[in-house]
Amino acid sequence: MSTVVTSKDASVAPLPPGRPSWRARLQGPAVFTAVAVLALVVAPLVLEPFRLGLLAKYLVYAIVALGIGLAWGQGGMLVLGQGVFFGLGGYAMGMYLKLTEAQGGLPDFMVWSGVEELPALWAPFANPVFALAMAVVAPVVVAALLGALVFRQRVRGAYFAILTQALAAAFVILLVGQQGLTGGTNGLTNFFELFGQDLALDSTQRGLYFVVAVVLGLLYLGARQLVNSRFGRLLVAVRDGEDRVRFLGYNPATVKTVTFAISAGMAGLAGALFVPVVGIISPALLGVVPSLELVVAVAVGGRFALAGAVLGAVVMNYAKTVFSEELSSAWLYLQGALFILVMTLAPKGIIGLLRRRKEAAG
Amino acid sequence: MEAFLNQLPIGLSIGAVLLLIALGLTFTFGQMGVINMAHGEFIMAGAYTAYLLQDWAGRQAVIVALPVAFVVAGLMGLALERAAIRHFYGRPLDTLLLTWGVSLVLQQLARDLFGAPNVQVQAPQWLQGGLGIMPYNRMFILALAVGSVVAVWAYMNRTGQGRRMQAVMQNRRLASTSGIDTGRVDMRTFFIGSGLAGIAGVALTLIGPVGPALGTYYIVDAFLVVVAGGLGQLRGAVIAAAGLGLLNSYAEFWTDASLAKVIVFAVIVAFLQFRPQGLFVVRSRALT
Repeated sequence: MSTVVTSKDASVAPLPPGRPSWRARLQGPAVFTAVAVLALVVAPLVLEPFRLGLLAKYLVYAIVALGIGLAWGQGGMLVLGQGVFFGLGGYAMGMYLKLTEAQGGLPDFMVWSGVEELPALWAPFANPVFALAMAVVAPVVVAALLGALVFRQRVRGAYFAILTQALAAAFVILLVGQQGLTGGTNGLTNFFELFGQDLALDSTQRGLYFVVAVVLGLLYLGARQLVNSRFGRLLVAVRDGEDRVRFLGYNPATVKTVTFAISAGMAGLAGALFVPVVGIISPALLGVVPSLELVVAVAVGGRFALAGAVLGAVVMNYAKTVFSEELSSAWLYLQGALFILVMTLAPKGIIGLLRRRKEAAG
Repeated sequence: MEAFLNQLPIGLSIGAVLLLIALGLTFTFGQMGVINMAHGEFIMAGAYTAYLLQDWAGRQAVIVALPVAFVVAGLMGLALERAAIRHFYGRPLDTLLLTWGVSLVLQQLARDLFGAPNVQVQAPQWLQGGLGIMPYNRMFILALAVGSVVAVWAYMNRTGQGRRMQAVMQNRRLASTSGIDTGRVDMRTFFIGSGLAGIAGVALTLIGPVGPALGTYYIVDAFLVVVAGGLGQLRGAVIAAAGLGLLNSYAEFWTDASLAKVIVFAVIVAFLQFRPQGLFVVRSRALT
């Protein structure tokens, strides 16, 4: 049965036949521009500050989802531990914020848990450039290391998915256990200012929203560019027939490792943005379940299109907010049921359904 | 030295529980290419079966619950296989996500039926106390695992059904063309595998409280046992489960609980450098 483990399911995503007409080619940029106008002009004008903050949070999650779409949708690597990379980015940012606030002293939670001296691990994070760089570099290094080790040995498919999930589980337990270093279950919270700006002010939050939206837009364009490049073709080829790619003289392990590291870097950057937007980073946000929830969102949106990943993250997180405000226990039923339905009836997600309707229409 | 030895029964009994859980996973994964995340909820179902039987059987509930939990969890697995999973054979990543949805629903169902707080199952009096460093309850769990392994081994190697199961696991299409009803074999495998998870759930009531999230604590480790032991390999699962259980408890003992999981993870990744497909592999000429 081992032969089946290669990606049979991936073969359902067809490559576009031939060169599309100019109308079809203009459609993508037109939709992108419309969404950009909606996000950058309409939303800040229409939404009240609280709702705009929520939208900023959804867009942060969309950045992680974009990375999942790249690794899973395009590369066939099911990543179930993106929470780890999100967390590395988030904690790097959180540590910087805590240290600026403590002004040379100890962060509040360390005082409570009886730590007397600033741990060596924390010291360099007082520098904003270092902290921001680490938010991306640390996830990339961890992912590249893990990827290089497992992909080289041709550990793949479900084995890889299980390993990423185990990593997420171990990471959370580590964070909770090292209370003096990480703030334990509570994580890092009580942030007041970022680069001298008061985080409680509406104007700061609005500015953060713009930063998040622009970062997401740029990353989306970059990811698209990557997918349409030679490297992207190779990535899809690895997803659909890893052995054939190897026989053609390429090294699939390199392609996969690079992609996995990029998706981890995206998650790390998202984590760093999440902290000032939402005001907390804690183990509960990073474990097995939150990591899987984002994969679910990507599947609902449509994993084979990068836009589907973004769409799914926004839609699912919006639905989560709406339903958990109203009836929290029903949300879990709904999420589970929705997920079962999507996997059985519409494995290509919302984007797949839209495309099918368009094709049926003509 | 005594503290060192005291870890031994803890590690072995955790390994025994992991083995009971991983047996079902390794066969459904190896035979059908299905990753069943809802397997953890079959553990929970077994544990709650013991809890419910307390009203009727009192302190002997654990013993009465063993066959009942096997059937309850087995039927749940069978229903899941018939209703959903069989449409996804050969698509492991999709089944993983599908069954995770099922697992969410089952957990919430347990929360609504039994309440969110943990409940306790009283162990029979004759399982209290111990022999030397070995408490009777952990000895009982160990015996349960040994018994199950022997039963599974006998089933696989000494019955016609078991041999058909092995045939399907080794080469589904060839088995099918040889006249084996692979659908029936799949159903049986799923029933037995899920039932073993139910037994694991009953065993867990002896060493801790029961809650709606019980399965989630063990499912990831059980999957690691499958990865390290090799797909569909009885021997591999036994060795990997014992190794992982001991490694876990000794890593906790020497460092602390939070570092132990990281160490276990690192050891597994290092192990895969030498044996990327686990301890034992079915040799075949198919590309892997």
